[in-house]
Amino acid sequence: MPATVGRRVHLAAQLPGIHNVTVWSDPRSESQISIDSFIRLARTAERGKFDFFFLAEGLRLREHKGRVYDLDIAGRPENLTVLSALAAVTTRLGLAATVNATFNEPYEVARRFATLDRLSGGRAAWNVVTSHDAFTGENFRRGGFLPEADRYTRAAEFLTAARKLWDSWSEDDLKADAGTGEFIAPGAGRFTHQGRHFDISGRFTTPPGPQGHPVIIQSGESDTGREFAASDAEVVFSRHNRIDAAREFYRDVKRRLAAYGRRPDDLLILPTAGVVVADTDEEAAAYAAEISRGLVGPQTAIAHLEAVWGRDLSGYDPDGPLPDVEPEDEVPLLEGHSVFRKGRAETARQWRRLAEERNLSIRELVIEVGGRQTFVGSPRTVADAIDDYVQTEGADGFVLVPHLVPGGLDDFVDRVVPILQEKGVHRDDYTGGTLRDHLGLSAAPRPARWGGPGRRLRGGHGGHGAIAGPSRYGGNSGIGGHDGHDDKETSA
Amino acid sequence: MTGTPASAPDTADAPDGAAAPLHLAVALDGAGWHPAAWREQGARPGELLDAAYWTDLVAEAERGLIDFVTFEDALGLQSAAFHVPDNRTDQVRGSIDAVLLAAHLAPLTTRIGLVPTANVTHTEPFHLAIGIATLDHASRGRAGWRPQISSRAADAAHFGRRAVPRLTEDDVTDPESVARPLRALFAEGAEVVEAARQLWDSWEDDAEIRDAATGRFLDRDKIHPVDFRGSTFSVKGPSITPRSPQGQPPVVSLAHATTPYEFAALSSDVVAVTPHDRAGAAAILAQVAEAVKRTGRNVTERPLRTFADLVVLLDDEPGAAALRRARLDEVAGAALASDAEIFAGTPAELADLLLDWRSAGLDGFRLRPAALPHDLTAITRGLVPELQRRGVFRTEYTSTTLRGHLGLARPAGRHATTG
Repeated sequence: MPATVGRRVHLAAQLPGIHNVTVWSDPRSESQISIDSFIRLARTAERGKFDFFFLAEGLRLREHKGRVYDLDIAGRPENLTVLSALAAVTTRLGLAATVNATFNEPYEVARRFATLDRLSGGRAAWNVVTSHDAFTGENFRRGGFLPEADRYTRAAEFLTAARKLWDSWSEDDLKADAGTGEFIAPGAGRFTHQGRHFDISGRFTTPPGPQGHPVIIQSGESDTGREFAASDAEVVFSRHNRIDAAREFYRDVKRRLAAYGRRPDDLLILPTAGVVVADTDEEAAAYAAEISRGLVGPQTAIAHLEAVWGRDLSGYDPDGPLPDVEPEDEVPLLEGHSVFRKGRAETARQWRRLAEERNLSIRELVIEVGGRQTFVGSPRTVADAIDDYVQTEGADGFVLVPHLVPGGLDDFVDRVVPILQEKGVHRDDYTGGTLRDHLGLSAAPRPARWGGPGRRLRGGHGGHGAIAGPSRYGGNSGIGGHDGHDDKETSA
Repeated sequence: MTGTPASAPDTADAPDGAAAPLHLAVALDGAGWHPAAWREQGARPGELLDAAYWTDLVAEAERGLIDFVTFEDALGLQSAAFHVPDNRTDQVRGSIDAVLLAAHLAPLTTRIGLVPTANVTHTEPFHLAIGIATLDHASRGRAGWRPQISSRAADAAHFGRRAVPRLTEDDVTDPESVARPLRALFAEGAEVVEAARQLWDSWEDDAEIRDAATGRFLDRDKIHPVDFRGSTFSVKGPSITPRSPQGQPPVVSLAHATTPYEFAALSSDVVAVTPHDRAGAAAILAQVAEAVKRTGRNVTERPLRTFADLVVLLDDEPGAAALRRARLDEVAGAALASDAEIFAGTPAELADLLLDWRSAGLDGFRLRPAALPHDLTAITRGLVPELQRRGVFRTEYTSTTLRGHLGLARPAGRHATTG
């Protein structure tokens, strides 16, 4: 490894397996539900010395025009159950899951993450999301009761309660001393929490795992979401994969940390990214175009347009121009999808303008607005681009979303990772045992309180060198405001 | 079969020329079912909440060709009292989530059934259904589920959402008086199991079509909402998880009284009961059969396997197990008490007892090792060979799924169309 190295690149992977990010029509595409697919991807990520493997959450199948949406991959397992199995066939890879704070209770969620952290030897992470939609709520006892404005107050209080539960056992409360006959310390696990959303008390069953608390992830991008990330999260998933917007987001979120007594390195920003690797840049570009066509078939293109227009467009030619009819206002056609929730008429206007400017057909337009691959090129091109992105503070790393299950990480791990290792910006091997070690986070997190500075609960900065070199944090050009992104993924 | 003496044994996986095969399950809990077991030589009390300990135990059970292991669990600390928490520090306290533990063990085993306990009073039915379905996917068809109601008011305070009956000392004098105030929770529990079963069937087996010509990944005519409406909850459905390898993972319940017998008749594929002798077993099986009749269950289409629970202390040397029991009792400061019969003796003596009780109509036994790993190893290396010699227990696994071990066919989904 070179004597002078740049900022470390943090790599994570997600098994997509749902929505139109995976090309199911490719002959190499295998089951998105078989445990073998999960094991294959997780082991590949571990072979590439990734920080963690991430599974989103599904709580309701998406519907289109009142029926189950049938064009994309759908159907997935319960994520914490899969990660508990993966903990048995991996040794170092972090294991992250989205769990919704709206349709769960703190006692159970805290218990399940403490269990995963114990089973995995300290590799658990929780992506905290909330949801307010009644559509998903129909699968649960209390339904979609949560007003939108309460999403973050519930999430914050949920997290506060979970932290009390994890802290209800001190490190030496589990005695198991056969000589003295003392199994636990008196009062171990005792807790009480009273607040607007939760009023709970009693004894918690589970002494925390090696990490104390799982790593907390947040994925909101609104102003409130960014503030929540700054006060409470340790990793932020962002959707900014264009460098200028990404740098602005990066600066803005890192800038907010100081108000909570936190340092820039206490929070990592990891955009999700699609990667297409081939022998040459030209071949990669051609493959990327092929992937895009595979993801957006003719029927998919029409369905996407219908979701924005709010009306039946099945009579239109996907290879023809955009419809000249106006969108229906705010009629939900595609339920359980977070993207088209706001500003449908404005979106339609923008799409129409774009199609006219570039002379795009319906299908071409949907491909264009559906988001391109972040990194496309030869292994060297991709490695350089990723490195540059991190060195210039567009991100601390990426969550890679492969286009194929289960082989979609192979090219990256076999061909790009060695170049990143040569550059000295990606680990040759794991140097710590826990996910906190991989992320360079302190051994136990601070007990943040919503809206105010927190204080450190235990210990100091216990990272094992996963972040090298001083941070070059210094931006202060926050952009704030709302960008219309929803902060969640609630449906399969 | 219903478990009544008159019913014909299922010989689906019986060895050639033998009578009905005996089914054996092992109930794993902490350091074993004796409260002083954690202080025994050979115990691993500091590891009870860690993966390696359970990996070793389940590997041992699988070497013994056991049908399935169960994992105890509750949404509150263990207590010596049935109905209220205690503040004891001298017994095993603390637990990890049993469904996640079972999932962790799935890739480390290949044949044995994995049956976690999961709560039906506080946990969302949708979460339960997809958790068990996922365990079935992760184990390639070896998942089961032991639904359990939460009968402690103190555990309800961990959730702060609902009040459950606060049982008194008078209530816990006998099983019938315990069950009476809990009738509503049992009824709700049966609804939760039914909702889960409908969710498990909400995807037909061939719903995934990957039809490139029409661009369709799914045939949405083969995915069905459940629209389940219970007395306290509703679930719209469909599940997010495709139908699992077993279709319907077996539901296992423990029952001591009329209400839980009815719960089993409605909801379970295996019911574990707690007789204290052969005559008691026959009497309980008759009660179970009555409950089956009352609920209108067709046991030809939906068999109900009957197991008897026994706490076991096993040593090869005659008299040694009884001495060990006395020693453990002394360390605990009280004689071992249990809802189930306690057996202390040699593997051969236990084999005699099992075959005797079985003649009352039982399909199998769920053995609760008093001390781990000692009594588990005695089951797998002492009792199992003894039963094999007598031709009543498998000499290798002949199936890869838990339903298969139990002689239960994989059911077609309720929406499946033939042809």
